[in-house]
Amino acid sequence: MKLGFLVDLNLCMGCKGCEIACKVENEVPLSSWRLRVKYIDIGSFPDTSRSFTPLRCNHCENAPCERICPVSALHYLDNGIVNIDSERCIGCAGCMMACPYGAIYMDPESNTADKCTYCAHRIESGLMPACVVACPVEANIFGDVEDETSQISRYIMEHQGDIQVRKPEKHTDPKHYYVGGGNNTLNPQAHERIEGYGLFNNITKLDQIGSPNHSILDRFLDPIFGNHNDHLKNESFADMPNEAGVHHEEKGEH
Amino acid sequence: MDHVSTIEATKAIVTLDVAHSGIIWGWMITLNMWAKSIGTGVILVGAFLLYRHKHEEMPNLRWLMPLISFIALNVFLFFTLIDLHQPLRMIHIFTHPHWTSSITVGAWMATLFLVLVSIMMFTSFFTRFSDFRKDCAIAKAVRAKDGLYEKIFPFTVFLAFPVTMYTAIIMSQSAARELWVPGAELIQMLLAAFMVGSAALILIAEEWSESVKKELAMILALSVLFSFIMYMGEYFFSFKAAEVEATLAYVHSGGEYFTQFWAAMVLGYIIPFFIAMRMSDNRTMMKFAAVTAFIGLYLAKSTWLEIPQMIPLS
Repeated sequence: MKLGFLVDLNLCMGCKGCEIACKVENEVPLSSWRLRVKYIDIGSFPDTSRSFTPLRCNHCENAPCERICPVSALHYLDNGIVNIDSERCIGCAGCMMACPYGAIYMDPESNTADKCTYCAHRIESGLMPACVVACPVEANIFGDVEDETSQISRYIMEHQGDIQVRKPEKHTDPKHYYVGGGNNTLNPQAHERIEGYGLFNNITKLDQIGSPNHSILDRFLDPIFGNHNDHLKNESFADMPNEAGVHHEEKGEH
Repeated sequence: MDHVSTIEATKAIVTLDVAHSGIIWGWMITLNMWAKSIGTGVILVGAFLLYRHKHEEMPNLRWLMPLISFIALNVFLFFTLIDLHQPLRMIHIFTHPHWTSSITVGAWMATLFLVLVSIMMFTSFFTRFSDFRKDCAIAKAVRAKDGLYEKIFPFTVFLAFPVTMYTAIIMSQSAARELWVPGAELIQMLLAAFMVGSAALILIAEEWSESVKKELAMILALSVLFSFIMYMGEYFFSFKAAEVEATLAYVHSGGEYFTQFWAAMVLGYIIPFFIAMRMSDNRTMMKFAAVTAFIGLYLAKSTWLEIPQMIPLS
């Protein structure tokens, strides 16, 4: 069994439903992402178009992150998923330097590397990854690429000649495919990127390399005395006090 | 970059994305590589001098060489440790080693190297200062083992080569950063060790013979020359790989990295080369050249470490 992903970019409409589903399912902290949808504009007015490219870990068969990890925190599962053991990770960031797709981040809460695991915990229970479930147009197709009867295998066969992977020249053998992609959407060198500016103009940049409130001294003390920055943790919405709800109840409203 | 600047009509632009993750390996890793070059360099250059000259020509080399190496290696290991986001888990490298990782292999080699250098440092120190802790049982036991120094020295020298060069393999395993080509980085690491190894020994060579001093100046001059040529080759003639060109644009286009790179070249390479070639008899100038070589190497390593991290990967 070799699990793989395919995204049909012709279907993706950039709703970011997958991105949000991933954030919620995996409690991905602020300023970090496991899956993101990138918007790229092509052409000049009035002949312009906008493309949407979901980006996540490619679960490479020859993964540079697995090779460089000094403690095997990054490891292959039998189903081909490149999984991460955050209890073993030492936070050296070697995997972040090795991943050609920029898919790994340093979790600011646990101070360990983290990334998309194709929702390995859901797959273990026979469920689909959260992003697949959330996609309203079924642009995300997930399954066993070694099973020729699986939906992903059939999709690949139906679209022969239009299947691409990111950075094939790196010989990482990604198990994440795109249909309808092109150089502009899949090659980061092919498009201009003006840091800090986008659709919502002047985006605030958050520190993605560990928590800014987690000093070097904390790195030694936290494992012994616990994290004193608990108030900064990304609590789930269910746990957060809902002041609006309280006011409504006090007034007898619904 | 000015956001109102004109963008070519044919060029696609990113209109919505997460912010670039910035520098992942920063000044601590630069300091790590810089200190490791000193720690291994003094052993390599010291071994070369001991092979070529009599011990009497360099009276303090026997105990100062391992002492300098010991201090530099501890700086290197300290910054390696504190750069980890989970430093207390460093032990996992020894309890759960993953041998395909050059970080693991390097950590094991560097640890063994430090053990050997420590033995050399303690035996030579207690022998050199024979009145220090004269009656202490531990000091006596260490002095009695002085012969170990000469026995382990060849192994230490042999190990100094892979220890100084393994960072180049880490850089080549960093598949995302195309600027770091293993062949070039291996040689640059080795030249950096000879460069700051000779610079460190120049600072303690006051009472050494003139022929040794001249040889030290020659080692410094040649190592900075070869290293400089390699940097110039990469800086001006990296046409083949688009990603390398995009990386070097962060230096070529001016700004902070441009200033830092050229300051590194002038301080670390051009000044030491000319002083070592033309003024090797002038002790003050040679010490000045040694200090600028230290500064220049740090700046060069910092530039070369950080610019590949500036390009967006996805």
